[in-house]
Amino acid sequence: MDAMPKWADVILIPLISILLAAVLSALVIVAIGESPLAALQLMIEGALGSTYGWGYTLYYATNFIFTGLAVSVAFHARLFNIGGEGQAVLGGLGVALACLYIPWPHWTLALLGASVMAAVFGAAWAAIPAFLQAKRGSHIVITTIMFNFIAAALLNYLLIGALKAPGMEPATPKFPEATQLPSFQDMFSFGEATLFRGAPANVTFFVAIAACVLVWVLIWRTRLGYEIRSFGQSESAAKYAGISPTKIIMVSMLISGALAGMMAINNVQGEAERLVLNAVEGAGFIGIAVALMGRNHPFGVLVAALLFGFLYQGGAELALWTSIPRELIIVIQALVILFTGALDNMVRMPLQRLFLAMRRA
Amino acid sequence: MDFATLLQMLDATLRLATPLLLACLAGLYSERAGIFDIGLEGKMLAAAFLSAAIAAVSGSVWLGLMAGIGASMSLSVVHGLASITFRGNQLISGVAINFLAAGLTVVIAQSWFSQGGRTPQLSGGARFNPITLPFAETLQNVPIIGPIYYELISGHTALVYVALLMVPLTWWVLYRTRFGLRLRAVGENPAAVDTAGVSVIYLRFAAVGICGILCGIAGAYLATALQAGFVKDMSAGRGFIALAALIFAKWRPWYALYACLLFGFLQAMSLRPDVIERVLSFQVNGQLLDVLPYILTVVILAGFVGKAIPPRAGGDPYVKER
Repeated sequence: MDAMPKWADVILIPLISILLAAVLSALVIVAIGESPLAALQLMIEGALGSTYGWGYTLYYATNFIFTGLAVSVAFHARLFNIGGEGQAVLGGLGVALACLYIPWPHWTLALLGASVMAAVFGAAWAAIPAFLQAKRGSHIVITTIMFNFIAAALLNYLLIGALKAPGMEPATPKFPEATQLPSFQDMFSFGEATLFRGAPANVTFFVAIAACVLVWVLIWRTRLGYEIRSFGQSESAAKYAGISPTKIIMVSMLISGALAGMMAINNVQGEAERLVLNAVEGAGFIGIAVALMGRNHPFGVLVAALLFGFLYQGGAELALWTSIPRELIIVIQALVILFTGALDNMVRMPLQRLFLAMRRA
Repeated sequence: MDFATLLQMLDATLRLATPLLLACLAGLYSERAGIFDIGLEGKMLAAAFLSAAIAAVSGSVWLGLMAGIGASMSLSVVHGLASITFRGNQLISGVAINFLAAGLTVVIAQSWFSQGGRTPQLSGGARFNPITLPFAETLQNVPIIGPIYYELISGHTALVYVALLMVPLTWWVLYRTRFGLRLRAVGENPAAVDTAGVSVIYLRFAAVGICGILCGIAGAYLATALQAGFVKDMSAGRGFIALAALIFAKWRPWYALYACLLFGFLQAMSLRPDVIERVLSFQVNGQLLDVLPYILTVVILAGFVGKAIPPRAGGDPYVKER
């Protein structure tokens, strides 16, 4: 028998954790001499007050949905994929190669081709740490951290070398017209009314939603998902049930890497329309916070990604209009990871005691 | 390569290896006690900021050092609470600490100094200055030994010598004291230590505390000795290189020294591409030198060069049987 009802586990605990993170963030804002309420109002206005703001919020959220799903699929197999950053970098490389060297006739085909390349490159970058974990028992956290650095250096090397466009900037040439994805402005502006003007949200958002559904189907409605979850719950029980640990580690990490890599169709193909240095901008790491907050459920990931999209766009507005630097968002992100992840038991233990006491009464 | 350039390179190696070594030994205490710590980077960064800030305001580098250690220690307490008291995931806690430091340092620096997330430049007594060892100047003209003593061994800041002394000290503590035996035991088999009537919680907190002190010194060294002030993200992945060195050294103190010197040498080389080109007569890619520590660590982890086996109870919170 569980100590707590399910709703407390799924909703109450994350809510309290987020509240704690929010209170501490507010204290930080007070400590640097600004008003948290005014800051929140500014963030809401900047991120949700116009279709332009929404366009940015949804653009960031798209990135975080992919990386959050990536982290959560690995979490289901009890693997901590901290390498989403590197996998997304490699995904960007795949997208760039697909867009630059294949003459696509139409953006729909380009989207399909680039998605496949992004997924393959991201998965390939996750494959080596996965293999080392499965066959050599080397810790996946350490190897994926190392692979983040190696990916950054590799991209750096290619962007000042083989892939560099003429000019000073370390970036690839602009992708051809036919590969450019329709933005929300193209899709949702009718006649006179121009919505989402200049915002980078694009058709990839719907790919991300589809990815959420597919991951849900995979984890809860397929045999493979069942195997991944049982491996994550108990490795020895999974082994007795005839589930191969090597297969689960490899497959779940490949899926995870592919999802992280697919983030690149949003930021590289959809927004920048060329590959630049530091294109991922830490979205791979935010995936950790998103997955923890979303309790590894695709719907939770979607909600958490929207929240972080809001924080990102709101944070940019704050940096623009107040003396609060953008790095405040990193602090909030850290507090969310701390309270929903590492200090989970701090909230859970007293609550469990409370529910047990209530049941006895 | 002439003798003078070689000495210069080795001198730079020693300077760049020092923060790696301090952080690596910090990680060694923590991981030997069974607490994984990927938050070394964040603790160094926090210490670098607060030491530079306090040194800039007070003009005393020693106050800065104390403040740096304090900053690092407070993050250690968070890590200890999360991973020992509340039995949370140590890796997630480490990630959170890294981001907390990366964000808070810039936010506070901007609020205190309004210089775009950096501290003012430090000079004079607000920095650790080079120490000239006795007889260095008189012996300078003795061939071979003179320059080695003068250029390489003498003329570093106090913290470099502290870091080097920490290696034998760590060895002695781990392998020759009761505390060290228990520390190692608690990382291998905490239940046995508990059965013997020694507190697992106390030992692990002690290890995490020592880790905090050493990371604090490492961070203070970055901001007040290696460079003159704090800049955003100045730890630049050193905490992760230290982690790599720790695996490379297979969690042993003397090997940690060698690994850090090797990685320090790689960093020194990437700062001097001209020297490499002259010696090897071809260009070595700077990016390759920068990531070589990571690649080497992956190779070690893959088990191609001996097997790196971490402490057995590493990463597992200890739950007393009831």
